[in-house]
Amino acid sequence: MRDIIFTIGGGIPNGKKFKAVQTGGPSGGCIPEDKLDLPVGFDELTRAGSMMGSGGMIAMDEDTCMVDVARYFISFLTDESCGKCVPCREGLRQMHRILTNITKGQGKQGDIELLEELAETAVEASLCALGKSAPNPFLSTLKYFREEYEAHITEKRCPALSCKELISFYIDPEKCKACGTCRKACPASAINGDKKIIHIIDQDKCTKCGTCFEVCPTKFGAVTKLSGVPVPAPIPEDQRTIKKKSKENE
Amino acid sequence: MNDIEFEIDGKKVTASKGMTVLETAQKEGIYIPTLCHHEKLEPFGACRVCIVEVESRGATKLVVSCVYPAEKNIIVRTRSPKVDRIRKTIIELLMAHAPDAPQLLEMAAVYGAVPNRYEKDPSFCIHCGLCVRYCAEVAKKHALGFVDRGVHKEISFIPEIAAKECHACKECFPLCPTSYLQAVFVLTEALSFPDSAVKK
Ligand code: SF4
Ligand code: SF4
Ligand code: SF4
Ligand code: SF4
Ligand code: FES
Repeated sequence: MRDIIFTIGGGIPNGKKFKAVQTGGPSGGCIPEDKLDLPVGFDELTRAGSMMGSGGMIAMDEDTCMVDVARYFISFLTDESCGKCVPCREGLRQMHRILTNITKGQGKQGDIELLEELAETAVEASLCALGKSAPNPFLSTLKYFREEYEAHITEKRCPALSCKELISFYIDPEKCKACGTCRKACPASAINGDKKIIHIIDQDKCTKCGTCFEVCPTKFGAVTKLSGVPVPAPIPEDQRTIKKKSKENE
Repeated sequence: MNDIEFEIDGKKVTASKGMTVLETAQKEGIYIPTLCHHEKLEPFGACRVCIVEVESRGATKLVVSCVYPAEKNIIVRTRSPKVDRIRKTIIELLMAHAPDAPQLLEMAAVYGAVPNRYEKDPSFCIHCGLCVRYCAEVAKKHALGFVDRGVHKEISFIPEIAAKECHACKECFPLCPTSYLQAVFVLTEALSFPDSAVKK
């Protein structure tokens, strides 16, 4: 598997870290880094909690939230289900709801256990193979990335900094060079700043589109994503003027 | 005689060829909960609440008893921790749709199902298919059917047929474990063939 992803597939772009590979189509499962040396075989993949299925592979990097991945595939399967039997139709409906709530920061204690119950019922009692394998995206991500589920539920934190409702964009005043790129690019006009004035994001206006994060020049890297911690208060107005350069010129 | 002998909950039972495990149990007075089963209709296997454990040649598996044929020498267990857990979950899932359906309330008491465990859904149909199948198999009118799939699946009357047939029949109405069927009928009637509603 490592060969397929890193040699044939060219590995993870942009110097990001590999996180997991999803195999077998929507009802397959996610396999983490430490299982990457597995040969791609029917039994090996099944034992790892995934499957050969369609034979497809989706390699994911560190920016991917595994709870959101589970939510995405389960959501797909709620439409694919034929809707005849209860464990699959109703089970997936509720699994999708609970997973969505978790990614929105509305997860509650007990949600993991509830999902496990629904998964068991679907696996054991569904009429056909679709329902029996449908909980895989959840079961495999829970198996290998349980801490991500817990972080979302207890700390309201998305470790991959991916779930919109759980992250905030913040400009590090130490790093901002007031280049204005993010301010001009922000579609919500949520960034306040000017020439030589450190830029600040108005959290109430921000739609978390991520544009500022993308456009802030890499050499500054001033825009950061925060999750699970409060956004620091904006720096006081009288400290917002960038003086360093002028000092150096003196 | 081609009687099939096997065991349900420790009791020796006999079935004749073609009988399901559920039919055998019912004949013997052994209770297995059901929602989508009806003696006049073909087995459907949709609600999965009639699930039981079957042991056959040393291997145990879960099967739905309304579909599973009686087999020589199998050992059937109508309850086990796993069976009970699955039934409880199924009942809870359906109570999200039909919280007051008497049949569900009865089963909830037996299996300790907790209402409100899952977020409510504003549709009362539990998709048992009794109405659809009764109309197709017994009344032979095909006046209603399922539409769409997955979580979007719903029952729907076919107004052209329903307008002609249903008033004189209404045989499927009492089969519905929730009040949904009648509600849909009244709605269909009001929207699609209000004249006949007035006439009646
Ligand atoms: S498990 Fe199969 S039969 Fe049951 S609802 Fe899902 S797709 Fe339909
Ligand atoms: S995330 Fe989007 S809306 Fe929010 S400050 Fe950045 S560019 Fe503006
Ligand atoms: S009342 Fe209508 S839908 Fe019901 S069985 Fe009779 S014809 Fe079919
Ligand atoms: S309307 Fe009633 S009888 Fe028909 S499928 Fe729904 S719950 Fe069953
Ligand atoms: S009664 Fe057997 S599946 Fe519904």
